Amino acid sequence: MITEWLSPVIGWMSPAWQYLVVHVLLTLVIMMPIIVSVAYLTLAERKVIGYMHVRIGPNRVGPRGLFQPFADVFKLMFKEVITPTVANKFIFYLAPILILVAALVAWAVIPFDDGWVLADINAGLLYVLAIGAAGVYGVILAGWASNSKYALLGGMRSAAHKVAYELAMGFALVGVLMASGSLNLSEIVRGQEGSILHWYWLPLLPMFVVYFVSGVAETNRAPFDISEGESEIVAGFHVEYSGMAFALFMLAEYASMILISALAAVMFLGGWLSPFQGTFLEPVFAFVPGIVWFLVKISFLLFVFIWFRATFPRFRYDQIMRLGWKVFIPVTILWIAVEGVFHYFQVGPWF
Amino acid sequence: MSLYQILFYVFASVAVIAAIRVVTVRNPVHAALFLVLTFFSTALVWVLMEAEFLGIVLLLVYVGAVMVLFLFVVMMLDVNIAPLREGFIKNLPVGVFVALVMIVELALILGPASFGLDIYPPPEPAAAQTGNTLAIGQVLYTKFVYPFEIAAFILLVAIVAAIALAHRRRPGVHYQDIDAQVRVRATDRVRIARFDDDKTRRGDIAGDSNANQDEKKP
Repeated sequence: MITEWLSPVIGWMSPAWQYLVVHVLLTLVIMMPIIVSVAYLTLAERKVIGYMHVRIGPNRVGPRGLFQPFADVFKLMFKEVITPTVANKFIFYLAPILILVAALVAWAVIPFDDGWVLADINAGLLYVLAIGAAGVYGVILAGWASNSKYALLGGMRSAAHKVAYELAMGFALVGVLMASGSLNLSEIVRGQEGSILHWYWLPLLPMFVVYFVSGVAETNRAPFDISEGESEIVAGFHVEYSGMAFALFMLAEYASMILISALAAVMFLGGWLSPFQGTFLEPVFAFVPGIVWFLVKISFLLFVFIWFRATFPRFRYDQIMRLGWKVFIPVTILWIAVEGVFHYFQVGPWF
Repeated sequence: MSLYQILFYVFASVAVIAAIRVVTVRNPVHAALFLVLTFFSTALVWVLMEAEFLGIVLLLVYVGAVMVLFLFVVMMLDVNIAPLREGFIKNLPVGVFVALVMIVELALILGPASFGLDIYPPPEPAAAQTGNTLAIGQVLYTKFVYPFEIAAFILLVAIVAAIALAHRRRPGVHYQDIDAQVRVRATDRVRIARFDDDKTRRGDIAGDSNANQDEKKP
C-alpha cells in the first residue's frame, strides 16, 4: 500500500531498493512517536508522582511545564560526557547502545492495528523474548566497564534478578501461547475477538499479573530498581555515565516501559480490539480506530508503572529473588497445568 | 552472489572469527562477550536456514540465561589474567594435535563421500506460512517423545544433583524466614498502651504484667 502511494517518488528504483526505502520510512514512523512519547512519559511520571505526593511537579518551562522534557534533553545533550580513566572504553560506550537497541528493535513485531505491523513474522513472541534476553547485557556490561565498585554491584544485582524474572516472563508467555495457539502477535490479538471478557486477561489472570510485575522488574523500575538503588549504591550501573550516555539509559528505560506495556496490551488486553465489541455499545464506538484503543491500553499500563513507583518502597534483594524463584515461577507452572485442563475441556470462549 | 549467500558468509565469518577470539583474547570478560557474539551469529545462520525456532531458542537460552550467569561468575571472580596466559606456548603442541585429530575425524565423517550434495541434496525451501515451531512441536511430542522425555529427565536429575550438592544446613548460620517476616502484623510487634491519669497508669502497669503472663501461657 505504502509502496504504491510512494511510487511517483521511488518508482524508478528496483523492487529491492523500494522495499528498503519503504521499510526505513516505516521504521521512522514507528520510532519517532516512541522517542517523543519517552520524552513526555518522563514529564507525565514527574507530574503524576507529584500529584500523588500532593505537590505540583515541574511547572516552570512552558505552559504548565509542558516543555520540561526539551529542557531536560538539551541539558543532557550539552553536558560533558566523562569517561572514567581506567574504564574499558569500547564496552563502556557499547553498553548504553545495546540497551537502547534492545528496547527499540522489539517494536518491529508489535501490531498497532489490524495489519499495521512492520514485520508480521510467525515467531513474534519468541523474537520478543530473545530481544529482551539480549537487553540484559547492557546493564551488566555498563556495570562492569565503568570499573567502579558501585557500578559493578549494580550490574551484579541486575544480572541475578533479570535471569529470575526472564524465566517467569517466559512461562507467562507459554500461557499466552497455549491459549492462542500461535506465536504471531497479530494472531494472538485476533484470538481475543469478542468483548472485554474474551480477552486473555481473564483466563490467564495469574499470568497477566506475573508478566506485568516481571516486566516492571525487567525494566529496572521501582520497586525492583535494586540495580540503581540510589540510597545504597549511589546510582548503580550508570553511576559513571554523564550527559548523552546517561540520557541513552534513560531513553532505553522509558522505551522498554512502553514496550512492556504494549506487549501486555497485545497479549492480555486484546491489542487493538474495542472493549465494547459484541455489546450494544459497539456501534456507538465504531468510529474509534483500533490504534486508539491500543494506545489507551498502553497509557493505562504506563500509569500503573508510575503508580507502582509512587506507592511501593524498594524491595530488598533477597525478597526480590524469593518473589521471582519461589512465587512467580511455581505460580506460572501451576497455571500452565490448569490451562492444560481448560484446553482439554474447551472451557469458555478462550480455548 | 545472491543476498542470501552474502548474508550467510557475513554471519558465518563473524561466527568463526569470534570463536577464534574467544580462545585468543586476554581478558576473560571479553572472551565471554566473544562467545555471545558467536552464539548470536550462529543463531542468525540458523534463522537464515529457516530454522527460526532453533535460532531464537539459542538466543534465548544461551545468550539470555547461560552467558549471563557465565559473565556473572567471571566478573565476580576477578580473575587475575597473567596466570591464565602462562603455559600457552607449553601446551600449544598438545592443543594443536587435539585440534588436528578432531578436524581429521570430522572430515572423515562429514566429507563429500557421505554428505555430498548428490547424497543429501539441499532441502526444498519450505512453503510460506508453515511455521518451523509447529513442525518441530509435532515431531517432538509424537515421534520423538521418548528421547525428548528422557533428555528432560536427565536434565532434571542434573539439577537435583547440583542442588543436593550445594544444599546443606550449616550450624551457626542465621537464616531469614521470609514467610514469617511477611506474615507479621503490627500487633505482634507493638502494643499500644494508653495513659489517662495516675489511677489507670497504675492499673496499666498491672495489666502489663498480666499481658506478659498471657503471652507465656500458650
